[in-house]
Amino acid sequence: MEFRFNEEQQMIRDTAAAFLAEVSDSAAIRRAMATEQGYEDAVWARIVGDMYWQALHIPEQYGGLGLGYIELVALFEQMGRYLLCSPFLSTVAFATNALLVAANDEQKNTWLPQIASGELTGTLAYISPGGNNGPQAVQAVCEKTANGYTLNGTLRYVLDGHTAGLLIVAARTKNSSGEQGISLFAVPADTAGVTRNWLPTMDQTRKQAEIVLQNVALPSDALLGSEGAAWPQLQKVLQLAQIAVAAEQMGGAQQALDISVEYTKGRYQFNRPIASFQGIKHKAADMMVKAESARSAAYYAACVAQEALAVAAGGDGDTDLAAELPEAAAIAKAYCSDAFFFNAGSGIQMHGGVGFTWEYDIQLYFKRAKSTETLLGNAVWHREQLAKMLLD
Amino acid sequence: MKLSFSPEDEQFRTEVATWMRENLCGEFEQIRFRGGPGDEHMFPEERKAWERKLAEGGWTAIGWPKEYGGRACSIEQQVIFHEEYARAGGPGRAGHIGEGLAGPTIVAFGTEEQKKRFLPGIVAGTEYWCQGYSEPSAGSDLANVKTRAEFDEATQQWRLNGQKVWTSNAHESQWCFVVARIDRESKGHHGLGFFLVKMDQPGITVRPIEQITGTSEFNEVFFDDAVCGADDLVGQPGEGWKVAMALLGFERGVSTLGQQTLFKNELAEIIRVAKDNGAAQDPDIRQRIAEAHMGLKIMRYSAMRMLSGGAGVGLQKEALIYKLHWASWHRNLGKLAMDVLGPESEIAAGAPYQLNRLQGMYLFARSDTIYGGTNQIQRNIAAERGLGMPKEPKIVIQ
Repeated sequence: MEFRFNEEQQMIRDTAAAFLAEVSDSAAIRRAMATEQGYEDAVWARIVGDMYWQALHIPEQYGGLGLGYIELVALFEQMGRYLLCSPFLSTVAFATNALLVAANDEQKNTWLPQIASGELTGTLAYISPGGNNGPQAVQAVCEKTANGYTLNGTLRYVLDGHTAGLLIVAARTKNSSGEQGISLFAVPADTAGVTRNWLPTMDQTRKQAEIVLQNVALPSDALLGSEGAAWPQLQKVLQLAQIAVAAEQMGGAQQALDISVEYTKGRYQFNRPIASFQGIKHKAADMMVKAESARSAAYYAACVAQEALAVAAGGDGDTDLAAELPEAAAIAKAYCSDAFFFNAGSGIQMHGGVGFTWEYDIQLYFKRAKSTETLLGNAVWHREQLAKMLLD
Repeated sequence: MKLSFSPEDEQFRTEVATWMRENLCGEFEQIRFRGGPGDEHMFPEERKAWERKLAEGGWTAIGWPKEYGGRACSIEQQVIFHEEYARAGGPGRAGHIGEGLAGPTIVAFGTEEQKKRFLPGIVAGTEYWCQGYSEPSAGSDLANVKTRAEFDEATQQWRLNGQKVWTSNAHESQWCFVVARIDRESKGHHGLGFFLVKMDQPGITVRPIEQITGTSEFNEVFFDDAVCGADDLVGQPGEGWKVAMALLGFERGVSTLGQQTLFKNELAEIIRVAKDNGAAQDPDIRQRIAEAHMGLKIMRYSAMRMLSGGAGVGLQKEALIYKLHWASWHRNLGKLAMDVLGPESEIAAGAPYQLNRLQGMYLFARSDTIYGGTNQIQRNIAAERGLGMPKEPKIVIQ
């Protein structure tokens, strides 16, 4: 047992921090968030071309680097810390994980090398209007045809859905409900019948879209995993994504603390830095408790995810740890959601009046905290999942 | 980063579990799951007998070096031991102050002579220790100790005068480590000494403090010309603060794992009650039980981070927040326990004031956020050392 980063992981983390501090400073975030696309082409080109992060946990046989989820979480932590505006989360945590979990070898060969090379971005579309969490959120309908499948329905809250090249779509057979009848499909965004509308968002650092599917005809090899029985696979993808988002939140919680403490050290009232008042210090200490506890929860979940992916790939993962995935993901997402919101909200208070302005960055963290809290189940929902495991 | 245990460690786990199953039975059945926080006054003699039983099996001081009677277990094995100990319902350890605090301090700072003299009794479960830190005017301001230690040239012994307070299990202990002021002119953390004092002597009076629970595990200890051998000082005269602070570092180390396992048993009992009485169907209770479960898991992960960090435990950020996290968590757990019990939470186990285990825990947990550094002091420390925020200007009252 060794619950800390090894040298290589530490290096990945430090390199990411240095790179993101340069390409995702306040001005860069504000440039990217003002666009409909949601990211700067030059920054994304450097990420996929120089850093090769999009290929990090794709196995080498599909053109990736073959590293693990721990390294990936180290990246997400830093991206959350620097509020990177990019299609990284949607492509890597959603689309790539879906392909790793549900696709057969041929499908992996089709899609993963394109993602690894940086030419293709992707996302996951699974929630229909009125939906939120759990299998009931899936309401788009798939019908089997002579040559494949036809999809119909509307999907909302699709991260980067208006720019992604590959849509992983969850749909269900007509008249099915709950966990039954759900299937996953790989749908190129330019398929006939797919309409994509960008939705303006309160958190402008992450873009969302609505996708309308009208009689979208797909070949039979578009089906990922088992027909009508893909809920366990979708659930696993969502759990892996929850851990990625939790890591982002943890990085954001840390940065909200750091910039707020920095501000209070330089802000003088009553002839002393306000950071010397216990009223401020105790708030900061409580934020530190949240940030450090979030770190413990997110890193632990990362280790669990690493084993879960190894087991899923038929490798030599630790099956006991892998089995902890649902619990570890719920703990990480619930805790990190609350921690980020607490730290960002407290950060505004520590900034005083300027915390309420557009100019200071703490407001960006406050908005990101809320958008990530809602994404993939908020703390209340995840605690109820844990309660089911403990009490029912 | 690797969370898995090696096959050798899993073998060790089986060994611990088997030993616990074969030994924590018969006369010891009655102390299973007993003697935790708020319940420490219960079964003192039985728990001491259990301590000797553990010693026979070689399960005391397992993290100490072999040359001092320990088992030289790795951190992983210590984690496993604590996990299996709790799973089996192992009682609150009567010897934890000796094993977790006094012993490691003597190992780190003591002379060879002191190691030979004091460590075997801790390992054997025959000598028990208590902690003489706090005083009536030295609570959060611990460096303000006024207990005096003077060296008597005639008898070649130290003579101690003063008072300690909040001394857990002083009435059950043979020895006390005492922080006392040697240099009369000194102030704050200068001029202190760290003394190993025999409890059974005319110069020491122990008076139990009746607590909010109606029970007494804390005491006042009065020193009236109490004596302490010339060689029973750890570190040099004047270095007492350094030793005393290092000891607090040990407190945040592996010994926290034993505490976590007790917490785990308490939470398990709350969950049992909730399932039995239907509270488990209440949406608010469900949220709070899940939250408690999360907090405990995260406590374990943070402890694993601290332990993986190696020697410099006290300096890491996760160590700075650890006490705040567990103390607040446990205080909340007490309230949760009462809310799960509902109206039954008011009904005591017996007259005149015999509380059941969860009631005792609920009341006792109010002390968690006070002793060992209040939450407020912990926040100051976290903010100043962890975040580099400036100290408050000192107000000098003439």
